[in-house]
Amino acid sequence: MKYLRQFCIILLISFLGELFHILIPLPIPASVYGLVLMLTALCTGILKLAQVRETADFLIEIMPVMFIPAAVGLLDSWTALQPIWFPVVVITILTTVIVMAVTGRVTQYMIHRSRQQKSKGADIQ
Amino acid sequence: MIAFLTDSVFFGAVISLAAYEAGLLIRRRFKLAVLNPLLIATVCVMVMLTLFKVEYRHYNEGAKYISYLLTPATVCLAVPLYQQLTLLRKNLKAVAGGITAGVLASLVSVFALAKLFSLTHEQYVTLLPKSITTAIGMGVSEELGGISTITVAVIIVTGILGNVIAEFVFKIFRIEEPIAKGLALGTASHAIGTAKAMELGEVEGAMSSLAIAVAGLMTVIGASLFAYLM
Repeated sequence: MKYLRQFCIILLISFLGELFHILIPLPIPASVYGLVLMLTALCTGILKLAQVRETADFLIEIMPVMFIPAAVGLLDSWTALQPIWFPVVVITILTTVIVMAVTGRVTQYMIHRSRQQKSKGADIQ
Repeated sequence: MIAFLTDSVFFGAVISLAAYEAGLLIRRRFKLAVLNPLLIATVCVMVMLTLFKVEYRHYNEGAKYISYLLTPATVCLAVPLYQQLTLLRKNLKAVAGGITAGVLASLVSVFALAKLFSLTHEQYVTLLPKSITTAIGMGVSEELGGISTITVAVIIVTGILGNVIAEFVFKIFRIEEPIAKGLALGTASHAIGTAKAMELGEVEGAMSSLAIAVAGLMTVIGASLFAYLM
């Protein structure tokens, strides 16, 4: 029964996310509202980690599988893509690498800098 | 036989799961990053549909029950994020800085390349939300007057690509901090990248989940401003 209850809580939060999505006129999907709601519920203690943990871990583990149907859907969008496929492919590859590198490098730089500042502060003390 | 396959409710789900299982086996056997289970599964299913002449909408009759779980699974990404909350608080500045830089890099590079290829406004705004999660990206594209089917296709390819090349990119750019890796994956290739981040570690997974939400929301605002540029 534990898993059923956990799944029920997760679906309830997804449902609340859906409700937010319908009520608020922004292009934010139900899943993102749900993620924020779940995090808030956990932080405020309304929801205990043990009440969702195993089912949440399971769903996250099998998450890649859930993208297969959408990815196979590329079969159908080929006709729309055909006239501009070349720039689209180049832009997709380049921007993915650029975004990944910039995000990673900037984050790493800032982490290292704050660590150095902390160790300098410790030296003065 | 083909009529049976098109009518079957379970066919789509079974071949999707079986293809993923095959993908896992192949990766375990050869241990190459390019042999990504999601990529292998997608190609396998595409080949089977073409061979058996099953249309996508018939396949999706069964496969849609797999997609159904995507929203609950995304909601669950709050769990690893919650478990890493102290780490997040400690590195708040770096996290905020990293995601902002990534979102800006995405918008600027799409703009620059769109100019280079002299794309139309419609094509440009179609590509603007390419790095964020499908559901937000589709909405942004529609709102700005883009072609949302192409946006969805590009978002998925971006996700799979990021998932496949992540470890290679981290090596070349010497990105070693788990927080930085997680944010990079989530900002560059949303939930499909997060699947990779989850494999790398708990911190990577949590940070990647955070980046999906934050980068997605930032792009909603950023893309609507960038849309005026071209």
